[in-house]
Amino acid sequence: MQGKVWKFGDNIDTDLIIPARYLNTSDPSELAEHCMEDADPNWVSKKEKGDFIVAGENFGCGSSREHAPIALKAAGVSAIIAKSFARIFYRNAINIGLPIMESEEAANEIKEGDKIEVDLAKGEIKNVSSKMIYYAQPFPPFMQKLIKAGGLINYIKKSKRR
Amino acid sequence: MSQTITQKILAKHAGLKKVGPGQLISCKVDLVLGNDITSPPAIKQFAKIGVRKVFDKNKIYLVPDHFTPAKDIKSAQQVKMMREFAKKYGIVNFFEIGCMGIEHALLPEMGAIKAGDLVIGADSHTCTYGALGAFSTGVGSTDMAAAMATGEVWIKVPEQLKFVFKGNLAKWVEAKDLILYTIGQIGVDGARYMSMEFTGPVIRKLSVEGRLTIANMAIEAGGKNGIFEADEKTQAYLKKTKAGQGIVYKSDPGANYKMVYDWDVSKIEPQVAFPHLPSNTNPVSKCKNIKINQSVIGSCTNGRIEDMRVAAKILKNKKIHRDLRCIILPGTQEISMQMIREGITETLIKAGCVVSTPTCGPCLGGHMGILAEGERSIATTNRNFVGRMGHPKSEVYLSNVAVAAASAIAGHIVSPEAL
Repeated sequence: MQGKVWKFGDNIDTDLIIPARYLNTSDPSELAEHCMEDADPNWVSKKEKGDFIVAGENFGCGSSREHAPIALKAAGVSAIIAKSFARIFYRNAINIGLPIMESEEAANEIKEGDKIEVDLAKGEIKNVSSKMIYYAQPFPPFMQKLIKAGGLINYIKKSKRR
Repeated sequence: MSQTITQKILAKHAGLKKVGPGQLISCKVDLVLGNDITSPPAIKQFAKIGVRKVFDKNKIYLVPDHFTPAKDIKSAQQVKMMREFAKKYGIVNFFEIGCMGIEHALLPEMGAIKAGDLVIGADSHTCTYGALGAFSTGVGSTDMAAAMATGEVWIKVPEQLKFVFKGNLAKWVEAKDLILYTIGQIGVDGARYMSMEFTGPVIRKLSVEGRLTIANMAIEAGGKNGIFEADEKTQAYLKKTKAGQGIVYKSDPGANYKMVYDWDVSKIEPQVAFPHLPSNTNPVSKCKNIKINQSVIGSCTNGRIEDMRVAAKILKNKKIHRDLRCIILPGTQEISMQMIREGITETLIKAGCVVSTPTCGPCLGGHMGILAEGERSIATTNRNFVGRMGHPKSEVYLSNVAVAAASAIAGHIVSPEAL
């Protein structure tokens, strides 16, 4: 995966990712139209499919709304790289198959507009602009299984078949 | 190995003797909860799993409370989807308006939760039930769907933080101030992924309602759950609500905590969290000439009868400031009725407040009191993020009930002491 980087700060809460005034639907494409609206009202029109979000600490704090990772995924975000993720957002992202990566170094050094290339299986983040390479915190084996299955629902379906 | 309350409940539900921080376990759930925002995506995910029935039709609670009574057509569609799902799968605990309440006020009141239970809910404030000695945490819609199908949830055993409150609370200082103070001290990610255990002489003196307020906001510090030992007060509460006693767990003396915060809270004042984070706290005496357009009293944090009594005490025979709206959001139908019986509703309406049906409403910027550009509200709710109560350029200040009621009279943020 290759794409351009959009940078956001610490404590990007789920109200910033998708304000509650749009939660009278759970349709992914409708949610995507308002993604990050209260953090940057123009982001939706600027971003391109396949872009990345790089953020600081505690990304996705606040509400449990799965609409937040759904909106980001439907907006075409390839992956989110952050120093850390809030707990429920972390679960939700893995459960619905939105790639997330934890790397303090990458979050510190990658700049807005940089082109990066990500290898999810290896946890590798390559900054094409600066030539730097970073490695994300590896996932525990159980979560790797969830990710490999494409999320919790597929994982349950698979384990039911067994 | 010494274990904490949280670890004991998790181990019991995972069928293990003991668990340790970081361990990934699969737990059986006693109750699964969803609301009108989170249930629709869960229902869609549930359909994809392809099971013919839910794991237990008595253990799923569906509470349409966020945008209800339905604020628009799309919200009505969401509730309709829940209603039809409940009917199709024979789910007993679906609460239509008229018998509903704000989910986290309703479930404890109706005796749905007992000590030692493991509860998950597709709402971040599900952590509220830790006040009853249960392990309770917020999850997303997919987790809710999976639990409805399998009766299980995967959990990473959290590390433990302990908060010991000592001393005597000053006048007008409420449970809300203890949790705002805590979040102010440790930050909005100070308990990220961790369990927050609340204890000490101040907690033991606190009512169960007050403990519900504290546990409710554990998530605002990033916590996985808040937990209290189920003492004689909890047991009396559980008896009153006919929940059944459940299993009372205590943390072992040698249990391991990542950090113990030991605070004398005698000197703290009512706390006010300034925009735009719940950790941005200041003592109320620091609030100088902060004019407000609205005061919101209620919500799953502070919408219980005790809270309504405090509001009525301050607003009795007073009028709210003429440049301001004061919106009262009782937590449940039962609380609304109790307010009528005690004359609270009349007191509040005479003071110029509006008393709403139970709903999350303005707390999350849904309806029933949305802020315009540049407006400012004091609120007894739990979040003051950008745009939380309306326009992205509006502001929310969080406080306890006494400060929100006093500020409604003054027109700016004050302690009741200053009236």
